[in-house]
Amino acid sequence: MNQDDKQTLLRLQNIHKSFPGVHALNDVTMSVLPGEIHGLLGENGAGKSTLMKILNGVYRADSGNIVWQGNAIEIHSPQDAQRNGISMIHQELALVGYLDAGKNIFLGREPGGIIPGTINWGRMYADAGRIVDELGLAIDVRRPVRFFSLAQQQMIEVAKALSLEARLIIMDEPTSSLTDREVETLFSQMRALRDRGVSIIFISHRLEEIFAICDRVTVLRDGAWVATSPIADLTTDTLIKYMVGREVDQIFEPRTGSISGQVILEVKDLNRGDRVKNITFQLRQGEILGIAGLVGAGRTETLETIFGAHPASSGIIRVNGEQVRIRRPDQAIKQGIGFVTEDRKGQGLFPAMTVAINIAITRLAELVRAVLVNRGAVNTLAEDFIARLDIRTPSAQQKVQNLSGGNQQKVIISRWMTLNPRVLMLDEPTRGIDVGAKHEIYRLMRQLASEGVGIIMVSSELPEILGVSDRVLVMHEGRIAGEFNPQHATQDDLMTAATGMVQEGFRL
Amino acid sequence: MTAQAVEEKRPFDWRTFFQSYGLLLSLLLLCGIISLASDRFLTVDNLRNVLRQASINGIISIGMMMVILIRGLDLSVGSVLAFATVVAADLLSRGEVTGVTPLGAIGIAGLVGGTAGMINGILVTWIKIPPFIATLGMMTFARGAALQYTNGQPITGMAELGEGIRFLGSAELNGIPVPILAAGILYILAYVLLNHVPFGRYIYAMGNNEEAAYLSGLPVKRIKMFVYIVSGALAAFAGIILMGRLNSAQPTAGALSEFDAIAAVVVGGTSFSGGEGTVSGTLIGVLIIAVLNNGLNLLEIPSFYQDIASGVVIALALLLYRAIR
Repeated sequence: MNQDDKQTLLRLQNIHKSFPGVHALNDVTMSVLPGEIHGLLGENGAGKSTLMKILNGVYRADSGNIVWQGNAIEIHSPQDAQRNGISMIHQELALVGYLDAGKNIFLGREPGGIIPGTINWGRMYADAGRIVDELGLAIDVRRPVRFFSLAQQQMIEVAKALSLEARLIIMDEPTSSLTDREVETLFSQMRALRDRGVSIIFISHRLEEIFAICDRVTVLRDGAWVATSPIADLTTDTLIKYMVGREVDQIFEPRTGSISGQVILEVKDLNRGDRVKNITFQLRQGEILGIAGLVGAGRTETLETIFGAHPASSGIIRVNGEQVRIRRPDQAIKQGIGFVTEDRKGQGLFPAMTVAINIAITRLAELVRAVLVNRGAVNTLAEDFIARLDIRTPSAQQKVQNLSGGNQQKVIISRWMTLNPRVLMLDEPTRGIDVGAKHEIYRLMRQLASEGVGIIMVSSELPEILGVSDRVLVMHEGRIAGEFNPQHATQDDLMTAATGMVQEGFRL
Repeated sequence: MTAQAVEEKRPFDWRTFFQSYGLLLSLLLLCGIISLASDRFLTVDNLRNVLRQASINGIISIGMMMVILIRGLDLSVGSVLAFATVVAADLLSRGEVTGVTPLGAIGIAGLVGGTAGMINGILVTWIKIPPFIATLGMMTFARGAALQYTNGQPITGMAELGEGIRFLGSAELNGIPVPILAAGILYILAYVLLNHVPFGRYIYAMGNNEEAAYLSGLPVKRIKMFVYIVSGALAAFAGIILMGRLNSAQPTAGALSEFDAIAAVVVGGTSFSGGEGTVSGTLIGVLIIAVLNNGLNLLEIPSFYQDIASGVVIALALLLYRAIR
């Protein structure tokens, strides 16, 4: 024990944890001071979630200690953690949409009424209102949470944690689905919490956010501790080096020069509902076309409409100069259009099936001997892509749900690559993916483009849009609000178009 | 892999062992207990009897498993079994007028069962009625139709013409009852389809993630239709075997057989959330239920207590299964 122990809020000491086949945490030590925002970084699979699940009582460490306010404690369940003052807010929020904010905050702990077994609603809403006010949240606690924005829902989770008198709040990628403005709101509330003495462990893949909000950071890599340091002593480059274990001199791939391939995809006056209005653009062979815009601007809906996931109400699509009719995904696929969706788990993966099947599923009908699946051919195809895309998996027979996010994404990209697409559309291809895997996905996109594939990438990360695309379209309220050359445009230019300021006739 | 492998210090993994063989062990354990309690259990005659009784539920369970694999449910199998059988039996019993042969009767039953399944499929796939409700409707409808068609009376009098059907239900080949052979062949076909034919892999893929299957261009609607049609047709075929054994067709046949099938499928490890389950697991599930019923009979436990005991054992099996998963 060292002298810090009195002022240290939490100390995780020499934590080990193994799962069958993997040593997930190897002698990890980390401490959190009272009233600090502590960033926890590492690539997917580095052990962040495992460590936090141990702290939250979901897993038990194989060995090692949890020292909380100077005392070694054992945490057997999330409820146990909460009793000690440790609350975790998961990436997928655990709120009940149909219940109001007050009921969510006190769910399962409603204050009792005069008659035993009843609930004192008045007191509950009063308490909820007080907590919400202290947080500086201007919300009605009697409003069902599904009507609140994601940022507000995050803060309702925080309010719930505070109602449990949490002294440490773990926030697992709280910003991944927030807009920039919402992130700013969340950050100012996090700072206010810190000033009240609450500590926060903050997990994020966005380095700008780490630099903006954290006091200190701890970096894990491959299940081991790499560094703990005040953020002020770090640069982006050193941080990436800690995480990836090598120098990443350039995140984005260099462009290959001017795009002069022929037009492979032409979309004209495409309409569907109020999210896709008169969309018109061309895509050339070898081009990476970025589509930027705010959440809800209709970017995903545009891709879905081109792909036939939801048919267009009007408009023309030409592939290689020929007008095509696409009302269903299989028709788009026949035209050589692939679509890597935003929601990997919900729309992309077959979680309990093998990596091999996940890669080869759309080619399965061809990989047959007589009528039976030719397992050898399926595995050869899968292993080819596992090697080409450097997919990290123990074998092609591993269930895809056991892979990290970045590797799952590569599996889905492989699935489309097996079809040799002419056009590949990617919706938020690097969301929730660590820096190293991001880099590989950019490289892959550039490589496909150089092989003549036309690529459309929707992204909410402006540096990514500017760094990867050859040309950028910005959408606002279902329309294309501007077209930019990313080598000359700035993030401000894109934001101005994305917020509709150009159309309104004034500039920021 | 980013984390280092520690396989060298991995002892014998009981969990993995139970995940792979737990079901089979449960079946063997059950057989062991019953054979200790009754010396009539482990006899060739009795075991043959168990298998013969299991074959009907076994055939229905194949279809039920496929439906549950795609996150569906088919409550109508028992009623469809009855309706398809009485229609086939009626046409067969008036064979001199209708010209229906035993083989034709099997075809007609399959057609009726398949049509009922197709209607289930249309309700679920295109009209998007939840499978529970859609097949509940078909369950009532087909039972009513069977009772109406027969006026509530069993159909007999196929004796001379129905030789082929009696063969299916009662005959033996080299000492093996034909129903067991029929079920065995269907299990092999189901195994090959689900594991070695692209379409079968699509069924799993769709159960895993229907949205992803649709966006990958898989024929999701055709898969759904296929699965419900197969479920209806297999129920009808099971009904033909039952008819061959009883030498009559009962409009009340197959009552509650949907629950036996669901129990077998679920005890066999197929997940209600879809995409996970094996043909061999279903087979063992069917055998567990059959052995259990047989054992309770041999021990001369009154029938009400038998139902109670079955319920308890099924619940225990599921608890155990969840514990080792």
